[in-house]
Amino acid sequence: MIKTDILIIGAGPTGLFTVFEAGLLKLKCHLIDALPQQGGQCSELYPKKPIYDIPAYPEILAGDLTHKLMEQCKQFEPGFTLGERAETIEKQEDGSFIVTTNKGTKHQAPVVAIAGGLGSFEPRKPLIHNIAHFEDKGVEYMIKEPEMYRNKKVVIAGGGDSALDWSIYLSDIASEVTLIHRRNEFRGHLDSVEKVQELKNAGKINLITPAEVIGIVGDKNVKAVVVKQAQHIEKEFEIQCDHFIPLFGLSPKLGPIANWGLEIEKNAIKVNNALDYQTNIPGIYAIGDVNTYPGKLKLILCGFHEATLMCQSAYQIINPGKRFVLKYTTVSGVNGFDGTRKEAPKAVVKKIE
Amino acid sequence: MEQDINIKITDRDGVTHDVLAPTDMAMNLMEVVRSYELAPEGTIGICGGMAMCASCQCYVLSDTALPEMQDDEEAMLSEAFDVKENSRLGCQIQITPEMEGLEVELAPES
Repeated sequence: MIKTDILIIGAGPTGLFTVFEAGLLKLKCHLIDALPQQGGQCSELYPKKPIYDIPAYPEILAGDLTHKLMEQCKQFEPGFTLGERAETIEKQEDGSFIVTTNKGTKHQAPVVAIAGGLGSFEPRKPLIHNIAHFEDKGVEYMIKEPEMYRNKKVVIAGGGDSALDWSIYLSDIASEVTLIHRRNEFRGHLDSVEKVQELKNAGKINLITPAEVIGIVGDKNVKAVVVKQAQHIEKEFEIQCDHFIPLFGLSPKLGPIANWGLEIEKNAIKVNNALDYQTNIPGIYAIGDVNTYPGKLKLILCGFHEATLMCQSAYQIINPGKRFVLKYTTVSGVNGFDGTRKEAPKAVVKKIE
Repeated sequence: MEQDINIKITDRDGVTHDVLAPTDMAMNLMEVVRSYELAPEGTIGICGGMAMCASCQCYVLSDTALPEMQDDEEAMLSEAFDVKENSRLGCQIQITPEMEGLEVELAPES
């Protein structure tokens, strides 16, 4: 059981800044995120795109913003459960909550802050009529354990970076790799595209374009996929394979959080914006893009503000009746949980002769 | 207002809405749909309008002249689902006075 003061669901910008604000109040944080890395949308969707409305940054790349936030909060030693999705929440008799992930990892905290953005990123599944029947029986939407493809015949579909990168990676492991895409052009990093070209020329990747997988053949497990190719004349044929891996990107879904008994409106969680961004369940807050209230704006800078007010309210829940006043970091410095201290340099008092 | 144009948008339930779209607010078609709440929040414009998610895919029903498709829109549509000949990404269509009478239908959510 992982125990902490504030359990944050979502390690995007709002969740990461919460760690800093909570740290100033001597509250420890642990974050859960379905993605394997921090940053949320900023690192998953558009790490190389600039953002122009972060106060005091005329321009900052989304990926750099994530790094800066990590650096800013690191002295408060946040814990992370990455690559796991928060699945269930159970209120305990002592008022605390236990949140369990899809992999069974349990977390306990008196306060839960949902900073889940648009939800957890789920793979986009192609519209193939019998695909659900073969899920985990040869069809995988994400590659978790590359070794399971050793000496197997693999078909990958998709035209983005993940399809390219995994085709390259698996060409060394699988006995046969076929990459299928609807167009002749791929969009990805130039070196990935060039590498696939090289492997194709060397006969290590079998490339089929412009084509689409339209069916899956098999009894219990995948035996082949049906491919429709539209070059010159349209034709349909089967490719024998053990695995079919469609990589069509990720799309965010509110997911299990929608069943936590929280008041939901417009795919977002209703909160009390007049006070502290608490939800209809005391002790559970929602901050950043995941919440809604009259006049809500889904902006990173609004998430920062909401996180700050939320931490003050969480302090009251965790330390009932304990006195506290807001301090300015310039005056009081920042005392990290790791023993570090940041502070303004002392003024020199010296006589001028 | 004279800088507004009339657009017909058919939502995902098949209901057609006549809407007025401003041409002077740098709005794109996806944002017009959101401003009239013709698709639930969180199901359209997920990436914010970067041609990176296809949640604003629509089918163009009228023969209105539209800006030519750029590479990133074409690449995204090649990975999207339910794509037809007349598919476009709403976020890549800036509303201009020349689009008076445009008719579109929202593609299913995916």
